[in-house]
Amino acid sequence: MAVLALPEISPTRVDLLTVAEMVEPGSRVLDVGCGDGALLKMLSERRGVDGRGIELSQAGVNECVAKGLHVIQGDADTDLVAYPDDAFDYVILSQTLQATFAPRTVLEHMLRIGRRAIVSFPNFGHWRIRTHLTFRGRMPVTETLAHAWYDTPNIHFCTIRDFVGLVDLVNARVEKAVALDQAGHPVRVNAPWWFWNIFGQQAVFLLRRR
Amino acid sequence: MTTRTATSIFRLSEVDNPSSLVERFGSEDPLRLDCGVDLTPFQIAYQTYGTLDSRKANAVLVCHALTADQHLANRHPVTGAQGWWTTMVGPGRPIDTNRFFVICTNVLGACMGTTGPASTNPATGKPWGLDFPMVTIRDMVRAQAKLIDRLGIESLFCVLGGSMGGMQVLQWAASYPERVFCALPIATAAKHSAQNIAFHEVGRQAVMADPDWRKGRYIEEGTRPSKGLGVARMAAHITYLSEKALHRKFGRNLQDREAPTFSFDADFQVESYLRHQGMSFVERFDANSYLYVTRAMDYFDLAADYGGALARAFQGSRTRFCVVSFTSDWLFPTADSRATVHALNAAGGSVSFVEIATDRGHDAFLLDVPELFATTGGFIDAAARARGLSPVPSKGASADLPRERRERAEETPALSATRIGSRR
Repeated sequence: MAVLALPEISPTRVDLLTVAEMVEPGSRVLDVGCGDGALLKMLSERRGVDGRGIELSQAGVNECVAKGLHVIQGDADTDLVAYPDDAFDYVILSQTLQATFAPRTVLEHMLRIGRRAIVSFPNFGHWRIRTHLTFRGRMPVTETLAHAWYDTPNIHFCTIRDFVGLVDLVNARVEKAVALDQAGHPVRVNAPWWFWNIFGQQAVFLLRRR
Repeated sequence: MTTRTATSIFRLSEVDNPSSLVERFGSEDPLRLDCGVDLTPFQIAYQTYGTLDSRKANAVLVCHALTADQHLANRHPVTGAQGWWTTMVGPGRPIDTNRFFVICTNVLGACMGTTGPASTNPATGKPWGLDFPMVTIRDMVRAQAKLIDRLGIESLFCVLGGSMGGMQVLQWAASYPERVFCALPIATAAKHSAQNIAFHEVGRQAVMADPDWRKGRYIEEGTRPSKGLGVARMAAHITYLSEKALHRKFGRNLQDREAPTFSFDADFQVESYLRHQGMSFVERFDANSYLYVTRAMDYFDLAADYGGALARAFQGSRTRFCVVSFTSDWLFPTADSRATVHALNAAGGSVSFVEIATDRGHDAFLLDVPELFATTGGFIDAAARARGLSPVPSKGASADLPRERRERAEETPALSATRIGSRR
């Protein structure tokens, strides 16, 4: 698969490149929490994707609209319910699952609306977070998770193994999974889950309904 | 019998012979209305701004709200006030008249030159009054489509409008999807709510309770139901604002006095303001038109025309939509816009949606709200690129005009270069 350059995306969002590579060209995509639309724009320009977005912030929506993207102001928890079944080939949720009120319901809606779902999230089982909690005894604050516990939007952290458990629970199957290390490079392919769960700083899953 | 003021006489002259472009449709081209009547003859008064390009691809139709009219970006011929949407439409504005050819028609049933209840009924030589057939939002749009046909424009680049104008936008997109490249319905709904019908009914009853209304025959009898229409406007005006905006503007401040007078005088500034709104409105608007146009909004329920499923109204549509609502708008709350957005999503449509945070209520769409211009400007630009419209003023019809006339067209935007209708 061709490597996609994405200059406007910061190094901390390399997960978006991994996400983009999972999307078949010419498909219909809903990006939930699409921010300023960088991923959608790239998908539409380079992969001929027919994209739609949902974004919480008005500033984000305005930026998207000015890029010619089709984005509605809304929220993963409340707005997915209004979409019909099978409306998209892919529903993408990048780095947002942990900030939703009801992650399970959100994931179920994603798999109902789209034939496939792509989810990226920070792995709370990463060794740095484990050591932080073990040795300092306080909630971890890192570059990628920069909020203190009392003002974080991230209310539902999970580990890679937790997520795999949820995938089973919602009756989906993993078509592809990638764990990324701190530098954004994929952690050794074919490693067992426990290995990813320690060395993956974030994970990207391609899911499909069972 | 009350004496007519100079203003009201001028207003009446606008009804049949407006100071606008007018397109007349004779018996060979009747307008089939939803109520089953063929309206003929009828006329449409409209204004244009900017220049139609050679491909006729840059036309923008602005649909006006309940009591506005076609004079959106020029001085009003009756009140002398500046156009009602100069913040949105004009050189360098989101709807840039250097780039787009902007058309605004007076709606069917109104009183600024398009046929309505104040127009002369050709069968009697008298004003139509309540003999005028009931019109709907769809009828207004049908009439506009006839004008667009006459102008030789196959597809509009954009149809936009707020409130009742937004209803027309949605109707355009549903009735003529292939003729609307992009649509911008602002602060509107796909159906009029029970609460809104209720407010309209209060207004209509106020008009009809005025003894000077004379069962709608006030023009012939030389009276004017100013009190009733004024009260209707006062009540309606409250719904266009928000509690917060009213408080910010007036609070409990007294009007030109130190203490309450213990009377029913307009002690409070807010009372004085509303009375002024009522009084100035009756100078420029026809009472029967108010009845008809409010009724048209009440009847609007787009989903009802499509078996109750709004999504079906937009099935297969390739129009690009940008839906806008305002947080403090309680007349057309965000939930109404969301319903439209959800229907468009369900139909697989191309839709963007922004809820703009403001405390200025429903009227925000007419005011200087920078976020509104950022959203609409971005959407329009992106759509224009997608349509292949040139970003610079195009060399279209105006290039063929003699120099002198071209200059005049530029000075007075109301006098468009493409004069297809006759003026006066």
